[in-house]
Amino acid sequence: MKEIDLMIIGGGPAGLSAAKVALEAGLKVMIVDRNMSLGGQLIKQTHKFFGSEKQYAKTRGFDIAKRLIDKLAVHKDNLEICLETTAVGLYKDYVVTTLQGETYTKYRSKSIIIATGASEKVLAFENNDLPGVYGAGAVQTLMNLYGVIPGKKALMVGSGNIGLIVSYQMMQAGIEVLAIVEAAPKIGGYKVHAAKIRRLGVPIHTSTTVKRAVGKDQVEAVVTVELDEKWKEIPGTEKTYETDIVCISVGLSPLHQLLSMAEIEMRYIPELGGLVPIVDEFNETSMEKVFVCGDVIGVEEASSAMVEGSLAGLIAAKRLGKEHPEHEARLDDYLKQLSDLRNGPFGIKTRVGLKKLRGVGDAR
Amino acid sequence: MGLFYESVLCYHVRSESGGIMRIEKHPILEFKQREKIYFTFDGKEVFGYAGDTIASALDALGVKVVSRSPIHDRARGFYCAIGNCGSCHMVVNGVPNVKTCITRLEPGMNVNTQKGKGQIR
Repeated sequence: MKEIDLMIIGGGPAGLSAAKVALEAGLKVMIVDRNMSLGGQLIKQTHKFFGSEKQYAKTRGFDIAKRLIDKLAVHKDNLEICLETTAVGLYKDYVVTTLQGETYTKYRSKSIIIATGASEKVLAFENNDLPGVYGAGAVQTLMNLYGVIPGKKALMVGSGNIGLIVSYQMMQAGIEVLAIVEAAPKIGGYKVHAAKIRRLGVPIHTSTTVKRAVGKDQVEAVVTVELDEKWKEIPGTEKTYETDIVCISVGLSPLHQLLSMAEIEMRYIPELGGLVPIVDEFNETSMEKVFVCGDVIGVEEASSAMVEGSLAGLIAAKRLGKEHPEHEARLDDYLKQLSDLRNGPFGIKTRVGLKKLRGVGDAR
Repeated sequence: MGLFYESVLCYHVRSESGGIMRIEKHPILEFKQREKIYFTFDGKEVFGYAGDTIASALDALGVKVVSRSPIHDRARGFYCAIGNCGSCHMVVNGVPNVKTCITRLEPGMNVNTQKGKGQIR
């Protein structure tokens, strides 16, 4: 069994940020990621980020990923990166098992940072298993990472920021977006994204959802239906779109499986996206020296994932007796950045969720 | 979509030769010419490009059905493309339940549509 200081599971914005701070503090770090490259979902994000300069505002997602990765280069002697490697087991005795190809490897790590992210939710409707029904993120991956277009026409289900941004990016890739439907009475994402879509002539139908997909072995059409104020279907309002892509963008759920496997205490918090670990104010879980950061502790944006990652790296280093030279200043800074990011109207879900998770004024 | 759409997003051209759906021009991204990777899908020789996953290569070829469900024989395509959902399982080089959406395409791979749960040999 290989012994290491700090294992980081997931090399997205949270995991990379955690690695940087932990390496600065002098830890030996291993990053495990099942994808072919580091960067997580940033690598497919072609849009420029909002937020403040500290979280790379005005920079495109894939450029942020590059910068986060480049920053690790100076620490390469203390860093091991395992790509195309899946962490398949996490146990109470700090053992992590990984699978690369057909090779299982066992590690024991003094501290572990779980930054596994989240997965796209599915939506229940007739024929929702037909090929051609994709998660919105899947279409984004196909287009922006591999340059592949999965069809000619698309209907987007869900008007959160992912739904709006991916709709725009589908148009950039040459796909015709027929409409965006949103079950809620109002658009979920930022107005600026919605306005951009509408200016290009794509309607956004609120209080409308998908009723069924139509097709034999793949999507040929999709039927939508309007909803009343009690979210009940209004008969007679069905509308059929001929399309080969149905994009589902109805939120994300934290990828909690490894945490659950180690019997870390979990709680179901709808505002955070589902099952999340119970953590203290520094995101340490019920298993000592096991930290979480990014979407796995509540679905937000990459901006907050990066700050949470930095925080996790900072605390992990301290808990392993290698305090970062700027520990106090960094700690204040990260906590302030997080509170600023969650301050606006779009941060309310996270604020409410974290309050439910932690209790008021009580750390654990 | 109208003229306005065309004028704003005029760079976007799609190659549809041979049913292959790949982006040729994009306002932000550049997709460089890459090496062709030949592999076998259900007995036929086909190709993708270096950097593809098995799933992205097949999708570009217009292949939507990657497996059939165990009981009702329903068509299955992939859903998440990042290794989460398990909807992309195929038989690769005789091994079933391979997550083709995160498995790098390699020359000479033998990729087959998976029927049901697949059999481990």
